[in-house]
Amino acid sequence: MIHAAFLIPLFPLAGFAVLAACGRRLGNPLAGWLATAMVAASFVVTVIVFAGLFESSSHHRSFTQTWWTWFSVDRLHVTASILVDPLSMTMALFVTGVSALIHLYSIGYMEHDGQFPKFFVYMNLFVFSMLILVLGGSFLMTFLGWEGVGVCSYFLISFWFDRPSAASAGKKAMIYNRIGDAGFLLAMFLIFERTGSLQYETVFARLGHVGTGSLTAIALLLFLGAVGKSAQLPLYPWLADAMEGPTPVSALIHAATMVTAGVYLMCRINPILYRAPDAAHVVAIIGGVTAFLGATIACAQRDIKKILAYSTISQLGYMFMAAGVGAYVAAVFLMLTHAFYKALLFLGAGSVIHAMDDEQDTKLMGGLRRIMPITSVTFLIAWLSIGGFPPFSGFWSKGEVLLNAYGFSPLLYALGALTAVLTAYYLGRCYMLVFSGQARWTEARRSGDGHGHGSGGEALHPHDPSWVMTAPLVVLAFCSVFAGFIDLPFHPDLVFLERWLSPVLGDRLFSHHFTASTEILFGVVDGVLAALGIAIAVSLWRTAVNRREVEPAFLQRAWYIDWSYDRLIARGSTLFAGFASAVVETRVIDGAVNGVALIARSAGGALRRAQTGYVRNYALGVMAGLVVLLAYVLSRAFS
Amino acid sequence: MNPAFPFLTVLVLLPAGAALVVAAVPSSARLAVRAVGLAGSLATLGFAIATTVEFSGGRGTFQMVSVHPWISSLGISWSLGIDGISLFLVLMTTVLFPVAFAAAGDQSCDKSFVAWMLVLEAACIGSFLSLDVLIFFLFFELTLVPVYFLISGWGHERRGYAATKFFLYTLAASAFLLVGILALVAIHANETGVTTFDVRQLASTRLSGTEGVVLLLAFTAAFAVKAPIFPFHTWSPDAYRESPAAGAVVLAGVMAKLGTYGIVRFDLELFPRAVVTLAPLILTLGVIGIIYGGIVAAVQRDLKRLVAYSSLAHIGFIVVGAFALTGPALSGAVLQMVNHGIYTAALFLLIAMIYKRLGSFSTADLTGLQSKAPVLAGVFTVTMLASIGVPGLNGFVGEFLILSGTFLTHRWWAVVATAGVVLAAVYLLWAYQQVFHGVPTDREAAFTEMTWREGLYMAPLVAIIVFLGVFPGPVLSRITPSVDRLLEHVEAVAHPRVPALGRPERASTLSVRVGTAEYRATRGGVKAAEANRPEAGK
Repeated sequence: MIHAAFLIPLFPLAGFAVLAACGRRLGNPLAGWLATAMVAASFVVTVIVFAGLFESSSHHRSFTQTWWTWFSVDRLHVTASILVDPLSMTMALFVTGVSALIHLYSIGYMEHDGQFPKFFVYMNLFVFSMLILVLGGSFLMTFLGWEGVGVCSYFLISFWFDRPSAASAGKKAMIYNRIGDAGFLLAMFLIFERTGSLQYETVFARLGHVGTGSLTAIALLLFLGAVGKSAQLPLYPWLADAMEGPTPVSALIHAATMVTAGVYLMCRINPILYRAPDAAHVVAIIGGVTAFLGATIACAQRDIKKILAYSTISQLGYMFMAAGVGAYVAAVFLMLTHAFYKALLFLGAGSVIHAMDDEQDTKLMGGLRRIMPITSVTFLIAWLSIGGFPPFSGFWSKGEVLLNAYGFSPLLYALGALTAVLTAYYLGRCYMLVFSGQARWTEARRSGDGHGHGSGGEALHPHDPSWVMTAPLVVLAFCSVFAGFIDLPFHPDLVFLERWLSPVLGDRLFSHHFTASTEILFGVVDGVLAALGIAIAVSLWRTAVNRREVEPAFLQRAWYIDWSYDRLIARGSTLFAGFASAVVETRVIDGAVNGVALIARSAGGALRRAQTGYVRNYALGVMAGLVVLLAYVLSRAFS
Repeated sequence: MNPAFPFLTVLVLLPAGAALVVAAVPSSARLAVRAVGLAGSLATLGFAIATTVEFSGGRGTFQMVSVHPWISSLGISWSLGIDGISLFLVLMTTVLFPVAFAAAGDQSCDKSFVAWMLVLEAACIGSFLSLDVLIFFLFFELTLVPVYFLISGWGHERRGYAATKFFLYTLAASAFLLVGILALVAIHANETGVTTFDVRQLASTRLSGTEGVVLLLAFTAAFAVKAPIFPFHTWSPDAYRESPAAGAVVLAGVMAKLGTYGIVRFDLELFPRAVVTLAPLILTLGVIGIIYGGIVAAVQRDLKRLVAYSSLAHIGFIVVGAFALTGPALSGAVLQMVNHGIYTAALFLLIAMIYKRLGSFSTADLTGLQSKAPVLAGVFTVTMLASIGVPGLNGFVGEFLILSGTFLTHRWWAVVATAGVVLAAVYLLWAYQQVFHGVPTDREAAFTEMTWREGLYMAPLVAIIVFLGVFPGPVLSRITPSVDRLLEHVEAVAHPRVPALGRPERASTLSVRVGTAEYRATRGGVKAAEANRPEAGK
């Protein structure tokens, strides 16, 4: 039954094909149900394959399924193939699971949208691409999925393309991603040059013959790709803009799955990182700095989705930090738990935005706790999870990361620990602003200060959404609470995830061992840090709405990084391109051509009388001559 | 080797014959004119498909060769042949012409329009099939005349300027080609006592270093203008911009390939040593074209000019692939000629549909078309993504092969060229946002969805874009043997010591150093062995 793995990406692909062909005929909500069913089917197959893999002995948990030869020239032989192993199946499991829930949620969320079927066309294509990304058996197959998810992300961010901001955000995401992709491409050229293959197994088997310099270059180039896809420094600004997309898209693509692709790639190439420690350190440091930076920015945002976006950037930073120090299990563990609680946060935010008639400003919310109990409770659970409060899942996964960071460098640990406090704090602030305190949306409406697209004058009656939207919230909340138990540190028998992934990671698992008492001490510290962040958030924001002192302008403007990119790079290159077009092209290159023509014309002035001067006549003359010649050739040749 | 049926001669003569038939039809019988044009081009497509079926893959040499001596004393003969390099260019040509007819609207009822188009098709096919350098030159020149009349007769506002510029520029460049041909034949005759224009015999001419370089430059002058290669491209934005839809399709889709094909067929075949000598120069021009084309495209406000500059960038990739002299790069370049022909033609056709409805090519006049015509927008998106080089669509395979193959021998050129991949996304997504996103204004209120007829001629192009992206195997497997043969020839001439080193037969194997172990990574590398020494590739 493990050989049914090829069906996993096939279901969403079929869904995409059917919906693209006759989605409009299926209409609303049938198109949504079909799409959801396809992803759910894919999830079921994944579970079956996963179980099959689980039962087979650990040496038989990795195999390649080859479909056809994609292209083959000389030694550059690339097959369309998938690699089934514990790592790819773990990814596939949570990708299909979370995707299915978010598809279900979208049926409710997109209910009133005119482009309902098209939304699901893109969503199914996205799931297909994401599965190709994680299941791909070679760098190039992963790249196929990598680009596929990028394109779907572009489609879905600019889904409401009549809004100029959405259209620009989609384009921005794609261009930032392309910059990273250039790194990915160059890495593949170098890999092929050095090993003669792009297939994961072959490449990894030949690494012993590749010099450290090349390996470092390969790892850093791939990391450039990961930085673009996973919104790390310096290529992160697109993710905040990507919030222009519908909220389920933000949950699925820009929180749970696509943006974690970079982390997956780092885990996949662990044999390379292992041999290129310098590159791995860069990964860890960039990750740590991004985690901190993202968290600081999240502390001062007022748009609920922007808070979550910067939080995602920060959490992804944690994952890179883990991968960089060699703690791949911790990276995957955090990726998993993050998928649950961040998807939950976004879907909760979606419920709120839905109820608030498309208002996203947290300062115009408040007091929703009693009116939207399910959303409120699940959001609270997600907050405690991401904040790392014991025994929620984030406590365990983030604890892993921090412990390993400490083993690498106490400085990195300090950065991570500070970020942990900030994480518990900024989501506490968000929760307080949205769910507790005064209901500010009533006044906002009355004073006609509606930023949303709603019909300003009508009174709002916020309430929990229908079951298609609340059911995913409940399931994700359940996972957010209990997902931590898949990798408990207490006993060697309890580290399920670590043992499961060990065939992929082999002896390259991070080998730092701490005594039990140290581990418990760290656990206590983690819990205290989380409690500290929560306590600050509650005391500061229980009643307040604005606190300038903790929302400085430079944090609201995200350290002015995006702003300076725009000023320096975007405008600079526009000016440069304008110069190239207006001066170099028109004056210099074309000017030279026309100059030559002018000289020829004046020099030919004397001869002009003999000539008609019409190119038309020359053209006809050439034509006549050539035709006569060719006809003559033919008649002679065949006579 | 002569097959019983002269496929190739028929391929050339069929459209020419159809042109004669059109000439005989009275110009008032407009529907008959259209019918003959369409039928003639479709019949040619049928023959091209039959040729493809008849073509036996796995062989690198010319097939279905038909040689009929013309002037024996001068060694000029009507000699046609096809190999993996020309096969798919011919097929692409015969696909694009019926599509161009179908897209031409009322123009396809104009007698002279149809006749010129058919003459052009015959000339293009003839150029791709000629093994005799002089016959090639005649066909190559013959293409100019129909294009001149197509632009000046059915073009847009500044058609006169554009047509004249195109004609004079390319004609001037061709003079170099003619002189080059005659000089080469004279040298060959001096050397062997045999006067011949047959490219297969001329390939064995022994040229001194200087002779080779000068002749290569003379040949390449004509090809560089036709392709076009930076900095000889300035006729192309004007010509593409002012052409009627069908003209732009043929100019960018087919005629540009005459230049790149000429480079592969004649430059590499005839002057291998000079090619190795001048490769850095021409690679540099190709890479500049990629970057420069992308940058200038990014500030164009006119869709057709934008595609023209994007075309400059894509031709740059093909040129880079041709001069990198490795198997993957050259196969990729040949494949990319076909890919570029298909998606550029599709882009011009889509732009023509927009023009037909709104009368403008300017991004400033267009907005919000996606909500008026989602299907048209969808087809545009697929084509655009193919052009950007998204995997799964055809542009990616060619680009990837070119870049990864170039990386083996000319690393830093490949690195810079890879930046072009980013630029393509910048200008095309910008244009898409301007034209298709946003809210339609009153101006676009009447914008209508793609019609069935338009869908009918776009469908094959989209199908090819997807097919070649997912399953290019059948095409590549026919291209590769010819590319290998060509590269072996290049290597044998450029590095004559190679056989003495006891390379295996059909050698041209380059060894990729992987630490201490050596993997035979790529067949057909010329300088690859040097390039893979640690310090090489600078």
